[in-house]
Amino acid sequence: MKTSLAAAAPPLLSLVLLLGAWEALVRVLAVPAYLLPPPSQIAAAFAADATTLGLATWTTAKSALLGFALSGVIGVLVAVALSASRLLERAFYPYAVFLQTVPIVAIAPLLVLWFGPGERAVSVSAFIVSVFPVVANALSGLRSVEPALRDLFRLYGAGKLRTLLLLSLPSSLPSIVTGLRIAGGLAVIGAIVGEFVAGFAEGTPGLGILIMSAPRQLRTDLLFAAVLCASALGLGLFGATNLGGWLLLRRWHPSEKS
Amino acid sequence: MTSLVLAPGLAADAPRPGGVRVLVERARRVFAGSGVVLDGLDLDVAAGTFVALLGPSGCGKSTLLRLVAGLDQADGGSVKLLAPEGAERPRIAYVFQDAHLLPWRNVLDNAALPLELAGVGRDERRAQALVALQQVGLGDAAARHPAELSGGMKMRVSLARALVTRPSILLLDEPFAALDELTRQRLDDQLRALWLDLGMTVLFVTHSNAEAAYLAERCIVFSRRPARILLDTPIDLPRERAASLRSDPHFARALGPLQDALLAGEAP
Ligand SMILES: Nc1ncnc2c1ncn2[C@@H]1O[C@H](COP(=O)(O)OP(=O)(O)OP(=O)(O)O)[C@@H](O)[C@H]1O
Ligand SMILES: [Mg+2]
Repeated sequence: MKTSLAAAAPPLLSLVLLLGAWEALVRVLAVPAYLLPPPSQIAAAFAADATTLGLATWTTAKSALLGFALSGVIGVLVAVALSASRLLERAFYPYAVFLQTVPIVAIAPLLVLWFGPGERAVSVSAFIVSVFPVVANALSGLRSVEPALRDLFRLYGAGKLRTLLLLSLPSSLPSIVTGLRIAGGLAVIGAIVGEFVAGFAEGTPGLGILIMSAPRQLRTDLLFAAVLCASALGLGLFGATNLGGWLLLRRWHPSEKS
Repeated sequence: MTSLVLAPGLAADAPRPGGVRVLVERARRVFAGSGVVLDGLDLDVAAGTFVALLGPSGCGKSTLLRLVAGLDQADGGSVKLLAPEGAERPRIAYVFQDAHLLPWRNVLDNAALPLELAGVGRDERRAQALVALQQVGLGDAAARHPAELSGGMKMRVSLARALVTRPSILLLDEPFAALDELTRQRLDDQLRALWLDLGMTVLFVTHSNAEAAYLAERCIVFSRRPARILLDTPIDLPRERAASLRSDPHFARALGPLQDALLAGEAP
C-alpha cells in the first residue's frame, strides 16, 4: 500500500503542478476561453455536459469495441491462413502491409459510400486501423512455435486442426495478446476518425462528432472534455486487454509473472 | 538408491509390451548446406535392448534418431522398426534434450497429451497419465504447472509423457544433459529401472561415456561426420545397477574402450 502510494506520488504531484500553472497562466494572461480554457472550466464542462459526453463516449465505445472484436477474430483467422502456407503468406502479406499504410482519413469517404453513414462505417474504420497489429503479432507467434513440439505432435499423428488448436494457437497466445493490446488503442482512434467522416447519422453522436462540432460553437472546454473521454476510452480498452491477457497467461507465461 | 515408485499393475510379473527391432540398412542422409551426414550406415538393434549412442558433436546422432522416429526421411537405404510377429504397430516415444512441455497445461495434462492425440477419452487418459507420473515419482505434482517445477522435475514429466503410451521403442536425445550431476544420476537410475520393468527398446544418445556404460547393455561410438561405427561393444555389467557401481573397477574398465574410441572419433 505504502509503496503504491509512493509510486503514484510523483506523477500526481506533477499533474497538480501542471494544472495549477495552467490555471494561473490562463487567468493572469487573460487568455480567451475559446482558445485555451482553464482546467476549472473543463471540469465544469464535464459536470454540465455529463449526459452528452457520456452518451457520446458510449456511442464511440460501441463502434470501437465492434471494430476491435472484428480485428481480434479476423486478424487471428487471417494469421492462421497465412501461417498455413508460405505461398499464401507471400501472396497476401504485402497487401496487409500496404493496407496498413493507407491513411484511414483518405478511405473513410469510401467506407461511407459502401456501408452508408453511421455506426457500421465507423466500426469498419476502427477495424481497418486496428487489424494489422493483430495479424502481424499472431503470425509471428504462429511462426515461432517450437519445432520440437511440432515434432512431438507429428510423432503422435496429430492432424492439422488438432495441432492448431492444441499447440499453435495456445503457444501464440502471448503474441496475440500483444497484438490486441496495440489494437485496442488503435480501434478507438479509428472509430473517432471514422466519426469525423462517417459519423453524421441518426442516433446519438459519438465523440468524433463532438470533437468536430464543439470548436464551431466555441466550446473549447467541451472539446477538451471529449478528448479526455476518448483517451479514457483508449486506456480502458488497453487496461481490459491487459487484464484479459493476465488472466489467460498468468499461470504459465514469464511476461505475466510478477 | 532410487525414488522410483512402482505403479500398481506394473509389477515384474505383469505382461510386458516388449520392444521392437531396429534395422538400419545403408542409411544415407544429405542436408543441403551441411553435406553428407549419414553415408551407408548399418545398424541392427535387437528388440528390448538398451543401446547408448556416443560420438562427436555434429556426427549425426540426432539425425539417426529422427530417422528412426520417422520424423525425417532417409535419402537412401532404409530404416525399419520390426515388431514381433502378431504384435501391434510399434509405438514410438521421443525425449528431447529439453523437457519441451506445454506451459499452459498442468503436469497431468502434459503427461496425458500423447493419449489425447491418440483419441483416448479424458478420464481414461488422465488415469494412465497419473500412473506414468507415479512411475517417475511425480504423482504428487500432477496439478502443478511446468513453470513451477525444477529442471529435473520437468525432465521427469517429459519422461512420463514418453512412457504414457507404453512405447515399444523409446528414443532419448541427450535427455539429461542440461541437469546437474546428481539429478542426472538419479534420473539415470529411474530410467534403467523403468526399462527393466517395461522392456522396451531404448536408443539413448549421450556425450558422457560414464552415463552410456552405466545405463546401456550395448554402446555404439560413431566417428565424425559422415557417421561410421567405430566401436560397437556389449557392456558386461550386472543387470541390477546401483550408484556404487560408478566407483567399481569393473565399471572403470568398461569405460576405457569407449573413451579410446571417442578420442579416435574426434581426431581428423
Ligand atoms: N535440418 C537440417 N538441415 C541442415 N543441416 C542439418 C539439419 N539437421 C542436421 N544438420 C546437420 O547435420 C549434421 C549432424 O547433425 P546432428 O544433429 O545429427 O548431430 P549430432 O550428432 O546430434 O550432434 P550433437 O551431439 O551436437 O547433438 C550437423 O552438421 C548439422 O549441421
Ligand atoms: Mg544431437
